Amino acid sequence: MGGKVVTITSGKGGVGKTTTTANIGVALARLNQKVVLIDADIGLRNLDIVMGLENRIVYDLVDVVEGRCKPRQAMIKHKSFPELYLIPAAQTRDKTAVSPADMIQLTDTLRTEFDFIIIDSPAGIERGFRNAVAPADEVLIVTNPEVSAVRDADRVIGLLEAENKGPGQLILNRAKQDMIRKGEMLSPEDVTDLLAIKLIGIVPEDELVIPSSNSGIPVTLNDNSKAGEAFRNIARRLMGEDVPLTPLTESKGLFKRIARLFAGG
Amino acid sequence: MPNLFDRVFGRSAPPGSKKSGNMAKERLQFVLIHDRIHLPPEKLDAMKREILAVISKYVSIDNDHVDIALQQRDRNSLLIAEIPFLKTNEGIEEEESNIKTDDDL
Ligand SMILES: Nc1ncnc2c1ncn2[C@@H]1O[C@H](COP(=O)(O)OP(=O)(O)O)[C@@H](O)[C@H]1O
Ligand SMILES: [Mg+2]
Repeated sequence: MGGKVVTITSGKGGVGKTTTTANIGVALARLNQKVVLIDADIGLRNLDIVMGLENRIVYDLVDVVEGRCKPRQAMIKHKSFPELYLIPAAQTRDKTAVSPADMIQLTDTLRTEFDFIIIDSPAGIERGFRNAVAPADEVLIVTNPEVSAVRDADRVIGLLEAENKGPGQLILNRAKQDMIRKGEMLSPEDVTDLLAIKLIGIVPEDELVIPSSNSGIPVTLNDNSKAGEAFRNIARRLMGEDVPLTPLTESKGLFKRIARLFAGG
Repeated sequence: MPNLFDRVFGRSAPPGSKKSGNMAKERLQFVLIHDRIHLPPEKLDAMKREILAVISKYVSIDNDHVDIALQQRDRNSLLIAEIPFLKTNEGIEEEESNIKTDDDL
């Protein structure tokens, strides 16, 4: 069967799907994997700019499925990683230009050449979502510790289960340790209790994420970034490595220890 | 309503002081249960009333101790019902006319 198709989806928009796709892609490439990223958000092309590849686009996903070019011709090679490619979304068409069958056909050809095919899904649960999940071997659901994002994630997980694609694994993005400690934010445990699916990574809120998008250099290439480290760990888990989840609660642990000290324990 | 003493010593939280993280979790628990089975709360209540009405046709229910609730086990939803019956020696008070006719025979 060759390469693995991993789809990044969420239901709700703006939770970090594109950021996650770019970073996991780069992190896998750094681990010497052959990777192709597909931006399936037709009409709202974004992955190219986050990856810093926006100036090199000639053909796009719709050109490929409509036969105007070969998949190879639409693949943009990354500047630093010769085995990392992007197939950009079309900017002027809508989601109906591609069908789930088109996506399956395209990924089946890519599987022979790549270790990972990573699909950045659009928000929502309609055609664009179905296009993105149709070929998936594995689905990663991105959510934030926030009521509407969690509710939408649950809806998506339900749909994935109904299509035998689920339940998938969860990425909790934008977790804020200090707010969780104060009890003012859902904790990773709360979210996994609610959604009852496996967590593949906890990505902290990180001020380095926006500057890295600004410059088109995914944050995972910055070794000082906590979010970057979380994305690297997710990439290793996708490769089957058993990387323990680093709890966000380091300072909470310290807090507890101090509390115990005062309690004489 | 907790008194001043309780509040000063943190025995119970003053009203409105519940942490929003917990509120989020509790509210989501409620919403997700209904989202998952596509059954809004009013319809669930109607269903409970109907279930109890059917059972009451056959046995007397201890209505004060009835507990019917949706639960989650992994991602599956289930309806758990605890419906205690009233203790009687003779079963239901005979009101139905057909039973009386049986007795008359
Ligand atoms: N861990 C994070 N820390 C800080 N900002 C983040 C993080 N993840 C995503 N963002 C920001 O959130 C916004 C939405 O992210 P994006 O990946 O475009 O979401 P989506 O593709 O789901 O719509 C972007 O501005 C991005 O920089
Ligand atoms: Mg996006």
